[in-house]
Amino acid sequence: MAKVVVLGAGISGHTAALYLKKLLTKNDEVVVVSPNSNFQWIPSNIWVGVGLMKPDDVKFPLAPVYKRQKISYLQAKAIEINPEGNVDIAKPFVRIEYVSESEKGKLENITYDYLVNATGPLLNFDATPGLGPNHFTNSVCTYDHAEKSWQNLKLALEKMQNGEHQTFLIGTGHPMATCQGAAFEYALNIAFEIDKRKLNHLADIVWISNEYELGDFGMGGAYINRGGYVTPTKVFTESVLAEYGIRWIKRAGVFKVEKGKAYYELLDGSKHEQTFDFSMLIPGFAGAKIKAFNNLGEDITSTVFAPNNMMKVDADYSAKPYESWKASDWPEIYQNPTYHNLYAAGIAFAPPHPMSKPMESPNGTKIFPTPPRTGMPSGVIGKVVAQNIAHRIKTGKNEHPHKASMAKQAAACIVSAGYGFTKGQAATMTVSPIVPDWEKYPEYGRDINATVGVIGLAGHWMKLFMHYMFIYKAKAKFGWSLIPE
Amino acid sequence: MATIHERLQNKPYSEYAYATRPSKITLFWRRCLIKQFYMFFKLNFKIMMMVVKGHS
Repeated sequence: MAKVVVLGAGISGHTAALYLKKLLTKNDEVVVVSPNSNFQWIPSNIWVGVGLMKPDDVKFPLAPVYKRQKISYLQAKAIEINPEGNVDIAKPFVRIEYVSESEKGKLENITYDYLVNATGPLLNFDATPGLGPNHFTNSVCTYDHAEKSWQNLKLALEKMQNGEHQTFLIGTGHPMATCQGAAFEYALNIAFEIDKRKLNHLADIVWISNEYELGDFGMGGAYINRGGYVTPTKVFTESVLAEYGIRWIKRAGVFKVEKGKAYYELLDGSKHEQTFDFSMLIPGFAGAKIKAFNNLGEDITSTVFAPNNMMKVDADYSAKPYESWKASDWPEIYQNPTYHNLYAAGIAFAPPHPMSKPMESPNGTKIFPTPPRTGMPSGVIGKVVAQNIAHRIKTGKNEHPHKASMAKQAAACIVSAGYGFTKGQAATMTVSPIVPDWEKYPEYGRDINATVGVIGLAGHWMKLFMHYMFIYKAKAKFGWSLIPE
Repeated sequence: MATIHERLQNKPYSEYAYATRPSKITLFWRRCLIKQFYMFFKLNFKIMMMVVKGHS
């Protein structure tokens, strides 16, 4: 009988928990520890942020699903990992703090045989003074942030309907923020909603990004074979922004926000300001703040975690210049190199290095995107980690027959650009692999035949179809495991 | 007042002036139901195959 504890119930953690329960025997125990009592389908938060969906459309309570699946669920957050146990507890354990109303603040030690860290990103609004829904900008990173964004956007739209000009500033709120795709689709959806209301003449929409060139998206950009030419995603992205009437500021690191004003530094070292009436800026991401201790009570956080609090796994973390980066630097099985019963899935694992080329201003400010990890690779990694743990429990061998390197797997990103069965639109982008492999694909870094960048109504239908399909899957309803990640 | 689209397009030598823009026929195909139904199945199939091949 084995006990597997999963920290986090986002796309990766939830997928891992469901597969673990499916693959293990009835005698094995799966425990999920997550502070959020709901599962949320994050890609649809964009539609909550423009008032086209309600938070209840993108979330559902986890407890009934886990009860049906016979998975133990604790509404708590992990604060410590003790992978060697301690003087009182012989087995490895994780120290958790309950956050539910009834047990708030209660501490408990949960022992484990295997631990999956899928705690997702810590939304690091504090890294940029004035950033975030508690200060002067909005966010669509969670369903409640997105709902608040919609309330503020609604006010801006009402002002425009009364003839008032409004400036919208959308993009990245930290010099090293990632997840440009989500901000990009929010900018397009705002432009679409303004156009729908015939208020274009009163709107100035500004895209601000830390990318060296637009279309980088934290993955070093990509090339698309279309219309007889192989073109960089820069062309694709600039075209979409121009079509939607959005002007842009690139190579910009936002370092401070005040009421109605964002301060940013460009890669050339110059500093500027951009005023706004409504702003949605993506924060920098870090790993959850979890400490690690050995059996003597000594702090081993730096052994288990990278400086950004993301967990070290089977990646090559040796410092290398951009020119020496290789696809093989990226992890395949997401196992911690020191403690082999520790795994990290989704955003919780520490990437070996960025995908975009690191850039620095003359002032020493690093201005470039960190690597993104969208829902598709996060789900796949969660599944592969679960399959490998199940294999180890069944065979008793430290073997990993299942692999999912981001330098081998593909990803699809559907960027919503308007809602409606016949009027909606989305940009569908696929890349294979996610991490460029310049040894295997010396010309473009990726398989040019697998890279797609198309815009149209079909993309909107796909995004809507995936919304319902993945929520169905996440609810673990009949046949859920037949639906791919 | 000119729309923002017009303001951007009428600004020669700005970055926006160099961005490619879809032609009318491209805009038509993006909304053509027959083509988009075909694209819906084609893209879904392509993505499904990518997921299946992407991990072992």
